[in-house]
Amino acid sequence: MNFEQIDQVLQKYNYRHSNIISIMQDVQGLENYIPEEAIRYISEKMELNLARIYDIATFYKTFSLIPRGRHTIKVCCGTACHLGGSDRNLDQIKRSLQIEEGETTADRQFSLETVNCLGTCALAPVVMVEEDYYDEVKPGRIEKILINYHSDEEG
Amino acid sequence: MKRINNIADLESIRDAILQQRDAFTNNIRICNTGCRARKSLKVSAALSQEIKSQGLTDTVAIKETGCHGFCELGPILVIEPENIFYCRVKEEDIPEIISETILNGHVIDRLLWQDPQSGAITCEKDLPFYREQQKHVSGNCGKIDPTDIEDYIANNGYTALCKVLTSMSSTKVVDTVIASGLRGRGGGGFPAGIKWRLCASAPGDAKYIIANGDEGDPGAFMDRSLMEGDPHSIIEGMIIGAFAIGASQGYLYVREEYPIAIEHLALAIKQAEEYGLLGDNILGTDFRLSLKINKGAGAFVCGEETALMVSIEGKSGTPRSRPPYPAFEGLWGKPSVLNNVESLANITQIFRNGATWYGDIGTQGSKGTKIFSLVGKVKNTGMVEVEMGTTLRKIIFDIGGGIRNGRNFKAVQTGGPSGGCIPISKIDMPVDYDSLREAGAIMGSGGMIVMDETSCMVDVARYFLNFLLFESCGKCVPCREGLQQMHAIMTNICEGRGEEEDMELLSELAGFMTTASLCALGGTAGNPVLSTIRYFRNEYEAHIVDKKCAAGVCKNLFAYEIDENVCSGCTLCAVKCPEGAVSGEKKKPHTIDVETCVKCGICFSLCKLDAIRVV
Repeated sequence: MNFEQIDQVLQKYNYRHSNIISIMQDVQGLENYIPEEAIRYISEKMELNLARIYDIATFYKTFSLIPRGRHTIKVCCGTACHLGGSDRNLDQIKRSLQIEEGETTADRQFSLETVNCLGTCALAPVVMVEEDYYDEVKPGRIEKILINYHSDEEG
Repeated sequence: MKRINNIADLESIRDAILQQRDAFTNNIRICNTGCRARKSLKVSAALSQEIKSQGLTDTVAIKETGCHGFCELGPILVIEPENIFYCRVKEEDIPEIISETILNGHVIDRLLWQDPQSGAITCEKDLPFYREQQKHVSGNCGKIDPTDIEDYIANNGYTALCKVLTSMSSTKVVDTVIASGLRGRGGGGFPAGIKWRLCASAPGDAKYIIANGDEGDPGAFMDRSLMEGDPHSIIEGMIIGAFAIGASQGYLYVREEYPIAIEHLALAIKQAEEYGLLGDNILGTDFRLSLKINKGAGAFVCGEETALMVSIEGKSGTPRSRPPYPAFEGLWGKPSVLNNVESLANITQIFRNGATWYGDIGTQGSKGTKIFSLVGKVKNTGMVEVEMGTTLRKIIFDIGGGIRNGRNFKAVQTGGPSGGCIPISKIDMPVDYDSLREAGAIMGSGGMIVMDETSCMVDVARYFLNFLLFESCGKCVPCREGLQQMHAIMTNICEGRGEEEDMELLSELAGFMTTASLCALGGTAGNPVLSTIRYFRNEYEAHIVDKKCAAGVCKNLFAYEIDENVCSGCTLCAVKCPEGAVSGEKKKPHTIDVETCVKCGICFSLCKLDAIRVV
């Protein structure tokens, strides 16, 4: 963990307690999760109760206290996506990667998450891998999508 | 130098911008927000490269806009002055568009939208999707560059604010909003002007105005499109609101899942500050306001006003009981007004065009227009804006083009997890706050999700309960425990363990939660269940008594079967089945082994002959 980077974040938000959510969002941006040591460090530097930070870290869905994989897969489970069969896509990804929702593959390549709605409902069902959107996804297309990222790792 | 101090300044800036534009013969508008999911950034880059290499930079302008609305056809590109509408444009189409359409004036048929009845349509305004709409609040989306304040000013931006600050008292502003009849667009439909009046009258110097951009309803993206496509209209409405209630600090609470919205709003705030429209001495008056953006962190309950305010304070966002209402004790315990971003954009329209103009649009009890995200099993999906009182039929069949794949309409869901499902018998119902409530649904924020016979209504109700179960903050018992129990019963029904008294039990629990929950999340959680029991009782009975899901959604209650009279033995399903459940010889009908089949649906979606059936 690079504590200097955390210091920069804290300074950017003037160590203000009301900015704690923004601070944690920025800190999570550094390593794509919030390590325990980061929470302890923030608590100490901001003189803010550890329990309050832990409360926020576990209340808001955006925060992860465990490391994520290299590629984060987000399966949109909004209403339009649900009707379009997002459950089946999710099942297929689980079967393909042998992980459950919220887990990361043993080789740390993929993390699997679901999101309430990405706001791209007109293109449902949508699966997002990192920043790439895949629209009108069917279970049969899952393998093809994931292969893009496997080969990326070799290249 | 750029600072605007009065109406004359604003007008002279606008004239200068418009004059500059006369130099261009063509203006190409390309969506670069929603269509990014369809790689519009690449198309846009190719376009600017081609214009440069053809030496057309002095005559052809490119405008990267917000959402055009017809998202399904993205990336969308419109060529002015004729407004030629090209859809599903790819990078490789660009050289042809420039050489054929721009230089030779030929329309490329293959890129036009094909009307099922009349064939290709050239102009944007002639598309049935747009023809039946009334775009006022979202009128700038897809028309202006949301990252450029000058483009907003060129389209009469900030004239409403000028009018308010230079010629109206705060009381007059509040009265105008009350007279307009504007009701909150976030869900509840509370009269916006009354909220303002209460807050304006509340004692205290420090007051806050807050914009709710935490669009949480799944299946809704109107607010996203508005924030991305026309951020200044929201900010202008917010400044007017701040003036009316006497606030000098405001917050915009926006979902983290909407990075483009956050980027565009942040840019808009910065530009408004540079032009003297935010900060101290706005438009040369004593009025001051500063705005700050707070990013949501993925909690649906934070769309509730008290929870949202707690979240801005830097705590976990749980609601509190009311009264005291936020108009008296809100953010930091001070009088605060929270308006949905669409409501604020309506405010701008009301003051730009007048309360009388506004009052003439809509119905007696629901004034103005409403933006919907029309999605699901409808042909034309996207963002639509219609006059209040427009019938569901007009929205779904005229604008939406009817149901996809030749299937039949079953229901439309409005209002998200607080709303309900409306059946075909109510298709001619006008869409307004009161009619929707009578039908067992609500207006909500504007999600409109269309369903056909492949949608299982029992599963839809379970889906919303599941959603709320995970989003309930757990603070009050009725919501926390009620959702657990309702969800358990619904899961039993969907998995074939339903019992006959379940429907009665569900209705009883829903009623109890409505009475006893702390906030609207729990209070309205029963609506999707109640409305589906009301209109689709037969589906519940099929699940509970016959143990059948005719839609082919609830996995324990159906099986896939290959119709041997239709199957050609192409082997595609056998090759693609991940479980090896399909067998058969080439060119002979195949069969599915029910025991091995996991009902992943791959074969069902792949079969070109529709030989696979749900039984």
